[in-house]
Amino acid sequence: MSSSGKGRPGRRRSAGAFDVRNVIAELIGLYGLVLVVVGLIDRSEATLAKTDGVNANLWAGLGMLVFAAAFALWSRLRPVVVDRGRDDRPGEQGGA
Amino acid sequence: MDDTLRLDAAFVDYALVAVYFAVVLLIGVAARRSVSDSLDFFLSGRSLPAWVTGLAFISANLGAVEIIGMSANGAQYGMPTMHYFWIGAVPAMLFLGVVMMPFYYGSKVRSVPEFMRRRFGTGAHLVNALSFATAQVLIAGINLYLLATIVEALLGLPLWVSLIVAAAVVLGYITLGGLSAAIYNEVLQFFVIVAALLPLTLIGLDRVGGISGLVEGVTDGPGGTAELSTWPATDLSGFENPVWSVVGVVFGLGFVLSFGYWTTNFVEVQRAMATNSMSAARSTPIIGAFPKMFIPFLVVVPGMIAAVLVEEVVALKADTGEAPPGVDYNDAILLLIRDVLPNGLLGVAIAGLLASFMAGMAANISSFNTVFSYDLWQQYVIKDRPDEYYLRVGRWATVGATVAAIGTALIAAGYSNLMDYLQTLFGFFNAPLFATFILGMFWKRMTPTAGWMGLVSGTLAAIAVFVANEVGILDFPGQGGAFVAAGAAFVVDIAVSVGVSRVTAPKPARELVGLVYSETPEADRTDPDAAKLPWYRSPTKLAGIALVLVIALNVVFA
Repeated sequence: MSSSGKGRPGRRRSAGAFDVRNVIAELIGLYGLVLVVVGLIDRSEATLAKTDGVNANLWAGLGMLVFAAAFALWSRLRPVVVDRGRDDRPGEQGGA
Repeated sequence: MDDTLRLDAAFVDYALVAVYFAVVLLIGVAARRSVSDSLDFFLSGRSLPAWVTGLAFISANLGAVEIIGMSANGAQYGMPTMHYFWIGAVPAMLFLGVVMMPFYYGSKVRSVPEFMRRRFGTGAHLVNALSFATAQVLIAGINLYLLATIVEALLGLPLWVSLIVAAAVVLGYITLGGLSAAIYNEVLQFFVIVAALLPLTLIGLDRVGGISGLVEGVTDGPGGTAELSTWPATDLSGFENPVWSVVGVVFGLGFVLSFGYWTTNFVEVQRAMATNSMSAARSTPIIGAFPKMFIPFLVVVPGMIAAVLVEEVVALKADTGEAPPGVDYNDAILLLIRDVLPNGLLGVAIAGLLASFMAGMAANISSFNTVFSYDLWQQYVIKDRPDEYYLRVGRWATVGATVAAIGTALIAAGYSNLMDYLQTLFGFFNAPLFATFILGMFWKRMTPTAGWMGLVSGTLAAIAVFVANEVGILDFPGQGGAFVAAGAAFVVDIAVSVGVSRVTAPKPARELVGLVYSETPEADRTDPDAAKLPWYRSPTKLAGIALVLVIALNVVFA
């Protein structure tokens, strides 16, 4: 992550760790990693029968890793800039 | 229930579910402590990118009903279910972005009850707030029932115990701050659900022998080739005559139900308000329309696969009495998950489903809470207390609504296809609301008395059609009953509103600024920077592309 959430450099900087793309990349990346490991360990008959012989965990896990890497790269290349100058209505959120 | 519907979750599955909720709750805690201004940025919605709000926009809607209901519909009716997306949701989202959003963004309207109060005064406000609160508790019941179905499938508890467990979990989620980062979670949730549904669809397709295998299986099934093309959808609408079926789908589902749902649903509209410019707000539903077009391939198609692949659903569809008791179409996607996903991917699927059902119910409960404490209690019961008092009322309302949802979940449990039930509810609540809303917004002559009388008579008309269909005076087996009820509600509401407006006094024009289209200054409804945007950020051009795509989908699968 390019900057932590607590530093206070200039007025404009990237959203860093809390950029939602980074959180997506971390979560999906972790899922991908776990699935790849499960896919490598668990190759029992019963598991493969469900998927017609395809190692679904392995392939889905690899897909998720690729996706996560793409999102991490996207947020690195095109960071969302937080404008600290404006401070109109902080922390208001929720349903109607 | 017996063991037909047990998901064989292993340690790794529970671990993946736990990771998801840990992340969501940590974000909630961080949000409430306001630890970082960049997190605040994502939550308060200062200039959120339109792709984030666009995804949150459809994710807020991609809940239990969408996943379970649309797959149930896919299993039961096949391709005609696509109408919910290509005739229903997508055109309505484009209409919202192109026509309604400039008005919402420019005027001061921030919720439907608020609009009703300022446009029509007390009568319409009270009727609308009561019906909105009722609708939220009923819809929360659907979410709770489906959440309980998953708890049941995981732990094998009886339904009523699962309902209580699920209700307790939702209360915990709300109390621990699960809703404080709503937009953030919705975006996250969207990707987890797709990560679960995409492999499910692909592996399922592979198991039935690819697309040609699915086509063959459906053709040989009880529904035959009618389930392979979207039109004329006679089974779905329950009209025997194909022409009336098309009219029913286009007017009832496409116009009244879907336009009503998307244009008056402020839980959704607020996602769009969290952007920095009117063009971005208009783009939000339009950008959301692109993934929305392709979501049916991940929910309807798995339902169709289940109807070919899963033993219990095949038996249910053949209707020979061999289906195990307790299995209905709502179980289609869960049964497919049981048969197709290995441990590991199973955990991702459970995390995605739990997350979306829980967030859906929590959103219903919090909407109820707001309307109950501010629109009903503060306006009509006990006025002028400090804010703290109403917050306390809100907390009790949350508990009360959760308990009430256990009751309404039992009503939902009685329907073998939840889409039938949900569309019926929308006919009661959304169709008259849409009629009153749209008429009040474009016709300045409409009077306060017409406001509440239109709403009441529209709802009564829908209920009358529903009762007539239940006792057998009318006979619409599919979701046609709901389409007709919605159409009747809309027409009666408009007719009564126009009639009453002729004989009662309208509000003076100066009180209608920002509430009626013609009385709102042009400058408030246009974005000064719109002309400078490149094509891929121009709402109308994007909407044009989306429209062409959705028409192409309608033609290709006709």
